[in-house]
Amino acid sequence: MPAVKETIADVKKLEASKYKYGFVTDIEQDMAPKGLNEDTVRFISAKKEEPDWMLEWRLGAFRRWLQMEEPTWAMVKYPPIDYQDAHYYAAPKTGAKYESIDDVPPEILADFEKLGIPLREQEVLLGVKGSETKVAVDAVFDSVSVATTFKKELKKAGVIFCSISEAIRDYPDLVREYLGSVVPVSDNFFATLNAAVFSDGTFVYVPKGVRCPMELSTYFRMNAQGTGQFERTLIIADEGSYVSYLEGCTAPMRDENQLHAAVVELVALADAEIKYSTVQNWWPGDEEGKGGVYNFVTKRGDCRGARSKISWTQVETGSAITWKYPSCILRGDHSSGEFYSIAVTNGAQQADTGTKMIHLGRNTRSRIISKGISAGRSNNTYRGLVSVHAKAAGARNFTQCDSLLIGDRCGAHTVPYIEAKTPDAVLEHEATTTKLSEDQLFYARQRGLDEEAATALLVNGFVREVLQELPMEFAVEAQKLLAVSLEGSVG
Amino acid sequence: MLEINNLHVRVTDDEGAEKPILNGVDLSVPAGQVHAIMGPNGSGKSTLAHVLTGREGYEITGGSARFLGGDLAAMAPEERAAKGLFLSFQYPVEIPGVPILTFLKEALNAQRKARGEADMAAPEFMKLVREKAAQLNISTEMLRRPVNVGFSGGEKKRLEILQALVLSPRFLILDETDSGLDIDALKVVADGVNALRGPERGMLVITHYQRLLDHIAPDRVHVMAAGRIAASGGPELARELEAEGYDRFTKDAA
Repeated sequence: MPAVKETIADVKKLEASKYKYGFVTDIEQDMAPKGLNEDTVRFISAKKEEPDWMLEWRLGAFRRWLQMEEPTWAMVKYPPIDYQDAHYYAAPKTGAKYESIDDVPPEILADFEKLGIPLREQEVLLGVKGSETKVAVDAVFDSVSVATTFKKELKKAGVIFCSISEAIRDYPDLVREYLGSVVPVSDNFFATLNAAVFSDGTFVYVPKGVRCPMELSTYFRMNAQGTGQFERTLIIADEGSYVSYLEGCTAPMRDENQLHAAVVELVALADAEIKYSTVQNWWPGDEEGKGGVYNFVTKRGDCRGARSKISWTQVETGSAITWKYPSCILRGDHSSGEFYSIAVTNGAQQADTGTKMIHLGRNTRSRIISKGISAGRSNNTYRGLVSVHAKAAGARNFTQCDSLLIGDRCGAHTVPYIEAKTPDAVLEHEATTTKLSEDQLFYARQRGLDEEAATALLVNGFVREVLQELPMEFAVEAQKLLAVSLEGSVG
Repeated sequence: MLEINNLHVRVTDDEGAEKPILNGVDLSVPAGQVHAIMGPNGSGKSTLAHVLTGREGYEITGGSARFLGGDLAAMAPEERAAKGLFLSFQYPVEIPGVPILTFLKEALNAQRKARGEADMAAPEFMKLVREKAAQLNISTEMLRRPVNVGFSGGEKKRLEILQALVLSPRFLILDETDSGLDIDALKVVADGVNALRGPERGMLVITHYQRLLDHIAPDRVHVMAAGRIAASGGPELARELEAEGYDRFTKDAA
C-alpha cells in the first residue's frame, strides 16, 4: 500500500490516548454558578476583591458584549455556543493565591509536575543537557494563578512578574494606564467577553533599560469541567528594555467543548523588545471531532515607541478550533514586528490563524513566516493582513506562507490581505503548498529511517526556520510535541 | 549475494490498467563482483532498482529476489537499507530544511540501531564524514546545507556517493549515476565508487552508456530489453553495444 494511503489509514486510528495531558486532577473547586449575566461579572470581581474602577470596566464590557455578534468569517465550523451553559469562574477551594509554594495543594503541584512544569524553584532547571537557563513560571489553574516563581529575584532587577489579579491590587496605576490600550474593550466579540469575565492571567512590567534576567513563562491549565478559561495577559516593556516570555497550555480530555477566550496585550516603548512565544497544546478533541478546546484568542502587540520590536512565535498543535491572529501595531518609527508560526492540525481539528501587521510609523518593518501542516481530515487556514498606512513611508514587509499536506482528506488555505496607502512601501508575499511526497519518504527510508522517523525529519525540515526562533529549551520541547501531534498520521 | 530468479513485476496506472514491466529477470551477483546492466530507455532497468530497494507502487507477480539469503519482498525499505542495500538515485530528492549532516547522522544511527549497534558518537561521526567528503571534494560548508537543495546535478551525484561512503553498505545499486556528469565529475564519482570495491561487497551499475564503465570496470555486463536479461557477457559486451546500439535486442524482444 503506498505510503500516503497508509498514512491516511493511520490517521483514522488517531486515538485520544496519544494526548498525554488528558488527565483530570481531583480537587475541590469554588465555582461561579452556571450562566452569564451582570451578577456573574460582579461575582468574579468580588471574588478577586477588585476595586470599583475594575468592576465598572468589566460591566461596561459586558454591556457592550450583549450588543455584539459572534464573528462568522473564519473558515471554521462549530455548533452555536450556549454562553449560559458554562461556569465563568473556577478556583481551587483552598484559597486563591498561595503565599508560599509549600501552601499549594499537593494535587495541584502534582498536576503541574505531571505536565513537566516545575513550580519549586530548585527544580526549575529545564531538562535539557547543558542548559542552565532559569525560567520563572506563573502557573494558572483554571481561573486563578496558583504560584509564581522567582518573584524575589526578578524584583531585584526591578521586573514585576505576577498574576494580573495581584497587579490590579498592587500596581493599579500601571494596569489602568495600559489595560485595554492595545486591545480595546469592544475590539471583537471574544475580546469583549474576556474583558467582562477574565479571571486571571499574567502581568509583566520591565522598567527602563532593564534586560529581564530570565525567561518568563506562564503555564495555563484548564482542569474543571464545564468551565471556560478567560485569561488576560499584559506585558509592558519600558524604554530600552528586553523581555522574552513563553506560554504553554494544556487541558484534560473532555467530551464537551471548552471555551478559551484569552486576550494578550503587549506594549513596547522606545527601543524596547518583547519576544513572545506560545506552545499551545489544548486538548484537540477525539478523532471524530468530539470535545476539544475552542481557542478564540486575541493577541496584539503595540510597538508604541521608536525602534521598538515585537516578535511573536507560536507552535499551535492543540485545540479543536483555533481562531487566533497575534498582531503588531507598528506605531513607532523604525519599529519592527515579526510573526513566526507553526500550526499543526490532525484528526478533525480546524485552525484559522495568522497575523496582522499594521504599519503606521515611518520605515517600519515586518516579517511573517507561517508554516501550516495539515493531516487527517483537518483544515488549516492562514489568514493575514499587511496594512501600510499613508504616513508609513519606507515600510517593508516580507511574508512567506508554506503549507504541507499529509494525506488527501485535509485542507490548507491561504488568505492574505494586503493594503498599501503609501507609494514607496515594499511588500513581498510568497506562498507554497506541498504534499509530503512519496519520493522524499522513500529517499529517507532507503537510507535507513523508518516511516515515522522519516516523516518527523521531513516535517522538522519544513518548520525549521520557525523552530529556530523559539528559545532553545522550548524548541526541543516543540520538536517533540510536533512528533506527538503527528503520531497518528504516520506509521 | 544478490539472487534474482524469474522476477515478474507489474504496475497499475491511474486508470486501473495493469502493465507488466519485468518479465522474468534472472540475475546473480556474488560478493566481490561488479555487474553492469545496460539497455535502452524503458527496458525496466530503473524499475529493477526500485523493486530491489522496496519503492511503493510495484507488484511482484512471480519469482523472487533474495539478498544475503533474505527475501527482499518481505522487508520494508529501511530494513533492506539496514541489511546493507544502498541505492544511488538517478534523481536524488530534495529535502528542504534538513542539513546533509543531520540527515546522514540520523540515517547512519537508524541503520546501526536496526542492527543492534550503538549510535556513533558525534566526534567520530564528524571525523568520518570529513574524511569521506574530502575524497569527493565536498566542502564542510556544503554539508551544512539542506539535502540536495540548490545543488547542481553533478553535486547531487557526488552527495549520493558520499552517503554510500559513510553508510558503507554491503551492496550498491548505481542507477544512472553518470547522467548529468561532466567528465571531471564522472572521474571523482568513479574514484569514490572504486574505493568501495572489495571482496565483501557487490555492485550493480545501471547505465545507458559505456563511458561510466571505462572508469568502473565491470566483471559482467547484462543487457536488459523488454523486462528481461536479453544477453550477458564480459566487459567486451559493453563495447559492442557502444558500437552497435541496442537495436538487435529490442528487435529480438519484440
